[in-house]
Amino acid sequence: MTLRAILPAALLALGAGNALAQDASKALHLKALAATCANCHGTGGRAIEGSAVPGLAGMPAAYFSEQMKAFKSGARQATVMHQLAKGYSEAQIEQLAAYFSALPRN
Amino acid sequence: MSMLQRRHLLQGAASLAALGLAGCATTSVPSKARVLVVGGGYGGATAAKYIRLLSDYKIEVVLVEPSEAFVSCPISNLVLGGARQIQELTVPYAALQSRHGVTVVRDYVASIDADKRVATLASGPTIAYDKLVLSPGIELMWDSVAGLKEANAAGQILQAWKAGPETVALRRQLEAMPDGGVYAITIPEAPYRCPPGPYERASVIASYFKQAKPRSKVLVLDANQDVTSKGPLFKKVWAEQYKGILEYRPQHKAVAVDAKAGTVKFEVQDDVKADVLNVLPSMRAGAIAVKTGLANSNGRWVNVNYLNFESTAAKHIHVLGDAIQVAPLMPKSGHMANSHAKVAAAAIVAELNGWEINTAPMLTNTCYSYVDTGKNVIHVASVHEYVAAEKTFKTVAGSGGVSAAPNELEATYAWNWARTIWSDALA
Repeated sequence: MTLRAILPAALLALGAGNALAQDASKALHLKALAATCANCHGTGGRAIEGSAVPGLAGMPAAYFSEQMKAFKSGARQATVMHQLAKGYSEAQIEQLAAYFSALPRN
Repeated sequence: MSMLQRRHLLQGAASLAALGLAGCATTSVPSKARVLVVGGGYGGATAAKYIRLLSDYKIEVVLVEPSEAFVSCPISNLVLGGARQIQELTVPYAALQSRHGVTVVRDYVASIDADKRVATLASGPTIAYDKLVLSPGIELMWDSVAGLKEANAAGQILQAWKAGPETVALRRQLEAMPDGGVYAITIPEAPYRCPPGPYERASVIASYFKQAKPRSKVLVLDANQDVTSKGPLFKKVWAEQYKGILEYRPQHKAVAVDAKAGTVKFEVQDDVKADVLNVLPSMRAGAIAVKTGLANSNGRWVNVNYLNFESTAAKHIHVLGDAIQVAPLMPKSGHMANSHAKVAAAAIVAELNGWEINTAPMLTNTCYSYVDTGKNVIHVASVHEYVAAEKTFKTVAGSGGVSAAPNELEATYAWNWARTIWSDALA
């Protein structure tokens, strides 16, 4: 292969590498956002045995979003969640809904 | 460092970790950690686990912690009230090692060389690191109350603010106290670990007295102007349930104790005599943070960059939990330390991979307080977002709040919170 042929290929590979790094870093940021739920709902959204609060892993995205919005608006009563839900934007709720729905329940 | 070199290092770290796993509980001290975590409390244990999780187990983590097991400060007031045993609040470190491949070393870190990135253990060995996570908790400033250090060492005047043997010993003192006796707790000026903790403790002990020795009294002697957390809720409970048992006195700053006479001296007010004295001195960042020169906020707390919790005094040292100079409305709580740890863990994983760190991290806090021996609970909750323009965390407008009133449902949630966060940090 000539140098002329290698250079564009290398540049392309570098670009792809950057895109991969960006994807990886975005995925990491989302995991960290989801980890703000783990203190009460369990690591990775998997509730502890006999938990009084639901696990989030595998929860259908539409249900997750609907409930969070109901907590936010006050339509669904709670002891704590109505206060915490108000701290998350609509966009964050959608991201979290997609994230948890894609995780296996166990 | 080039991408290739970095990849090579990461693979090396992964195979080292695999070796550690294969060898089970290793007692030898590794000479190198990619991330060295100092302190296995709510902050440190969570950071150790989440750096492993968020790096897909590629970053090697060594945790140095002197205690055999984690003992939770939250819920420990119930041990004083007799509703829980200390064993129920104790969680081993074994799962961090067996399930997550964290190398757990039972030792103290005696010194840290931030320039060379090397920590020296009390027993002698050194551990080199790329990143150090320091979660040292608090140091009790014994000298802030004359005579307290000696009285505490003699087991006469206890703090029980670091849960463990003192929690059990204080319970014994309360049990041994005759009906008609006085228990007094002194509270230092804020900031101190767990803002509502002293008021919860006073309430739980008042509840125990009401049932077991109804002629006894609880005195709350507070250096602050007023109750520093959940004030209206606590005061309502005290007026309705503990009238004639619990007395609250603000602006009482303890300056000296006389263990033999059973008295506390205050800066301004008259001396107070009690049968059981529980004196909480002023607090600052754990000793190793101060010794390393990181306590650059009033010589007491560690200023950090809130995006990655890196100390502003030393590169590659990330400080978590009660030891930091807090952002507005950020409590020194176990839940908050767990939240710090996740932001720091994600930032460290990003930095070691050469990725962008998150510029919009989030924190939550939920803090439950019992108002009796285990039946009724109140909470305060908040959500915090990083505000780039001010380089600090602020509570999200409209979020957070407190309970309307003490209730039994939240007692279920409080215990569930404890079991879940212990699992989130340690299992």
